[in-house]
Amino acid sequence: MTGATPGFGAVLSGLVLAAAFGLLYQRRAGGLINACALQAWALAAAAAWQGVAWEAPELIVVGCLVLAANGVALPMALRRGARRAGIGPSVVAMPGIPVSLLTAAALVALAVLASATMASPAQARGEIAVDLSVVLLGLFTLASRRGGPGEAVGFAATANGLILGMVEVRGMPLVALWTLAVLALGGAAMLRPGGQLR
Amino acid sequence: MMRISIAAAALVVHVALMLALAPLLVGCLRWAEARLMGRIGPPPLQPWHDLRRLALKQPVLAENASWLFRAAPVVAFAATLSAAALVPSFASGMLDVPLADLVAIVGLLALARCTLALAGLDAGTAFGGLGASRTMTVAALAEPAMLLVVFALGLLVGSTNLDAILAALSDGAGLRASLGLALVALVMVGIADCGRLPLASPATRLELTMLQEALGLEYSGWYLALLQWTAALKLLLWLTLIGTILLPFGLASPDSGLPAWLLALPAWGVKVGMLAAGLAIFESAIGGMRWARAAEFLGVAAALGLLAAVLAFAGQVLT
Amino acid sequence: MPRRLAAIGCLGLSGLGLVLALAWLVAGGGVASLAIPIGLPGVGMALALDGLSGWFLALLMAVGLAASAAALADAGEGAASEAFLFVLLGAMALAVLAADAFALAFGVELATLASVALLLGRQEDPGPREAALRQIAVALPAAACLIVALALLAGGVGWDLRFAAIRAHPPQGWQATAVLALTLVGAGSRAGLAPLHGWLPPAHAAAPPPASALLGGAMPALALYLLVRVLFDLCGPAQPPWWGVPLLVVGPCGAVLGMLRANAAGDIKEILACSTVGTTGLIASGLGVALAARGADLPSLASLALAGSLLGVLAHGLVKPLLVLGAGAVQQAAGSRRLSLLGGLIHRMPVTTACMLVGAASWAALPPTAGFAGFWTLFEAMLGGSRAAGAGLQILIAVVAGLAALAVALAALAAVRLIGVALLGRPRWPRTLAAEEVGLPLRVPMLGLAAASLLVGLFPGAALALMAPALRRLVGADLADRAGWLALAPQGDMPGYSAIGIAALAGLAAALAVGLIRWRGASGARIGPAWDGGFDAPPTWLPFGDPLTQPSGAGFAQPVLKWLGTALLRAKERLDTPAPGEVRPARIATEATDPVDRAARLAAAALRTRASAAADRMPPLTGRGALALLIVVLALVLVAVTVWGQP
Repeated sequence: MTGATPGFGAVLSGLVLAAAFGLLYQRRAGGLINACALQAWALAAAAAWQGVAWEAPELIVVGCLVLAANGVALPMALRRGARRAGIGPSVVAMPGIPVSLLTAAALVALAVLASATMASPAQARGEIAVDLSVVLLGLFTLASRRGGPGEAVGFAATANGLILGMVEVRGMPLVALWTLAVLALGGAAMLRPGGQLR
Repeated sequence: MMRISIAAAALVVHVALMLALAPLLVGCLRWAEARLMGRIGPPPLQPWHDLRRLALKQPVLAENASWLFRAAPVVAFAATLSAAALVPSFASGMLDVPLADLVAIVGLLALARCTLALAGLDAGTAFGGLGASRTMTVAALAEPAMLLVVFALGLLVGSTNLDAILAALSDGAGLRASLGLALVALVMVGIADCGRLPLASPATRLELTMLQEALGLEYSGWYLALLQWTAALKLLLWLTLIGTILLPFGLASPDSGLPAWLLALPAWGVKVGMLAAGLAIFESAIGGMRWARAAEFLGVAAALGLLAAVLAFAGQVLT
Repeated sequence: MPRRLAAIGCLGLSGLGLVLALAWLVAGGGVASLAIPIGLPGVGMALALDGLSGWFLALLMAVGLAASAAALADAGEGAASEAFLFVLLGAMALAVLAADAFALAFGVELATLASVALLLGRQEDPGPREAALRQIAVALPAAACLIVALALLAGGVGWDLRFAAIRAHPPQGWQATAVLALTLVGAGSRAGLAPLHGWLPPAHAAAPPPASALLGGAMPALALYLLVRVLFDLCGPAQPPWWGVPLLVVGPCGAVLGMLRANAAGDIKEILACSTVGTTGLIASGLGVALAARGADLPSLASLALAGSLLGVLAHGLVKPLLVLGAGAVQQAAGSRRLSLLGGLIHRMPVTTACMLVGAASWAALPPTAGFAGFWTLFEAMLGGSRAAGAGLQILIAVVAGLAALAVALAALAAVRLIGVALLGRPRWPRTLAAEEVGLPLRVPMLGLAAASLLVGLFPGAALALMAPALRRLVGADLADRAGWLALAPQGDMPGYSAIGIAALAGLAAALAVGLIRWRGASGARIGPAWDGGFDAPPTWLPFGDPLTQPSGAGFAQPVLKWLGTALLRAKERLDTPAPGEVRPARIATEATDPVDRAARLAAAALRTRASAAADRMPPLTGRGALALLIVVLALVLVAVTVWGQP
């Protein structure tokens, strides 16, 4: 008994999903950046916990990478960008907040239904549902939040979802490299010529 | 026979400790928030001094106060104390385990809330009516969120009995993603039910930030003492509930030996203390929320509760 | 004098019926049949008393007892309604005791007719007349749907209308689906199931006092009896699980809509009528879970869900007449039913207030009342139902549970609003100062109903035991081993809800509080003006204070209507603020419409326009033309009978 039950990692991935919800609830840029940082921290904690529980040191490396990139560097860059653009630009949400929350709930239900059709053991089905939900919510955030750091946060949320999926798969090879690739892709998307961070 | 007497003794000690420590909790919270904001703050035992002082004063009743106004503080106190007696703090398997149903606890808190709202309306004042309206409106969204969390927790064991749920959680059976969502939803509902920031500010007397304090503005003397004690009990109840669901170990049962019992009380104190410290830091860091946004806040809590239930299905072995 | 005789006759008969039904249920609820020669020529009617009809008969007779006792007190307001009371009670008893399709349809339609006639009999107000017309507009299609559904059931067994024959050959395939749809429309609309609920609030609000108690409590119960009898009993246990889905979709929506409308209404009886719509929605959700569980071959879960629904029907049937009688008492004493013209009645009418408090607590589902017992059982059934079905149905049941909890919370809000604005606080209108407590004939039924609902709330296991014959017949399992005198425990090995235990615990806590106060607290109290945050004393011409400085009904509900009502009820606020320098006050006007109601009325109006345009275009019918038409129609009917009657 390593002292860290793997089940608690599932609780932490639930916190990642809750943070994804929290992203959709924010109106102001500051809140959005904080929620994105919170999601990255929860993901880092989940990765580190799974690394300790399954005795897989590369997952701890993944956790540190996520913390450094999405948890520290990105919020700092976004806040500096927000300061440069003026005092607290507000984020425009294309559908209103209640409609976004309902759509998010429907997307999660869809993910659960989709995972129920897969023929895997019950616990794996639950994890797949959570990972799929986080990715879907990240894509929805990307699509529905315009202005300010909205787009960048959407990319970061989607990247977080993909990394969570990779972390949950036990014994996935080269996890750290894949994580690096996903983060780099996300960063490239954010820093592209037409993007918000330029 | 031995088990029953231990269970009964545990219940009596639990109720006595809840009654004694609730004002102390409120005092410590106020002191901590004051210190975090750079003030010295009242001593942690101040609420106890307040209760004693208020009890010795003769109450003044409004001219149009009815028998409902006089009975309401006793009814609300009784309902909240009953709910507090049902939530295990340091011992599981207390004598009232057959009564400890989560839906019944939610119902008892609703009974206390409705009684106080009616008392606020009975006074016939604008403050009382405003407080009653806002309390019941917040409850209209917070209660479904709470019941959805109860639904999600009940799916673990197929019943809503609190002791059975805690036993299942301490066995590690419930450690799934839905528990994380349910905990976040539970914290949000607890903030709404106790009338804390960001929903309302318990320290001010501005009508826009009061939820439950407005209901007690007409009360004085020992009525007011009962109301303050009720509010403190409710806060301790919520912190205990969230603490035991978050960290379900450390509960002593009548079967366990003496070391478990010796550790149980400090364990409870540590859990409640940690959550109280977190609450103090949270409240001193953020400001209040506009009333119009409270609906979204509670809507998120309800959505998270629903998703906790839905995700609990995803991880179940379907027949 | 004849009116009094009619009321006393009703009283005696309903008392007798109640005692008989209860004795029957306690003795085990076997089946007793009776064939009477009146009815269809050559066939007559068959009546039978089994577990289900005995249970509903007991409820209907209890409500009838209270209503007849209240009718003894009536002075003028409910003119000539005692005769309708008689007819209503008789028709409902006939419908519940019916053992063939004709008696069932006859009883139900006669009851509907009597309730419509009750409204049309009042010549002086345009309101009841319009409500009656709306009720007819829904009742006629509902009657047609019910008759066609029963005909489909009977047609499958060669036109033998008796229930025993229908049960032997349950419908299948498209016939079963048609029966489901037609029964949902025919019976559900009578109970106020969304989206066919628009007629219920005006009709129940406009009915005269003693009969409206019967209407409010017993008519929804009768309609739900119809639903249960046809869908559970006559259609047989072999129906697919998706049969529960229409009820699961429609029920919670109706529940939330009804309770939200109750918050927007400004008339006490309209509030109560909207809450009937809400309670019907909750009960329908329970019936949906029961149907789904029965289709999935889970009899214990189905019996739990059905027990929750029937307990909800019992709670509603006891509490709604209590509240309606209270509303009648308030109108009689204070001269109005509008929330803006009441207030401060608790001082003048303490007994009425106490009884209405008990009723409102059950409506708001607060422990340890009957309403809470029903809601608890429903919640446990939904919890069990969600573990036993496919993924889609599980998610649906979780959403249903959330919406049911929302409806109950909105009901608590509406209950506090009703009691707080109408009965508590300070008077808003001078007429309320002259209110006197109502006389004994109105007090006794209210006290009786309050005591009955408290007993059911404290001992729900006893009510479930009385329900056992009905549960065994309908779903094949009962709750005998899971519900006792002290507690309800649906999962046999884990504890459940013990109403009497929680009441005892609360009593002990209250005793502790009182003891602490006696020991340490100051005794006595001084009376002084209200603190009110330091407000001045009111001016001398307003001895009870300015009525405007209290919350009104509209003001109390404004936050919840703004949060939920803008989407669901198209609630709008119009704010008219004066420009700086003007001395007129600011005004706010709120309005809310039920979107389903509005859509139904628009559709009905469009249909009527089109029908009258088509009728205008038809050539006038001569005598010979009418005869030819009659012969053609008769020939078609004979052909249909011949074709369907083939074995």
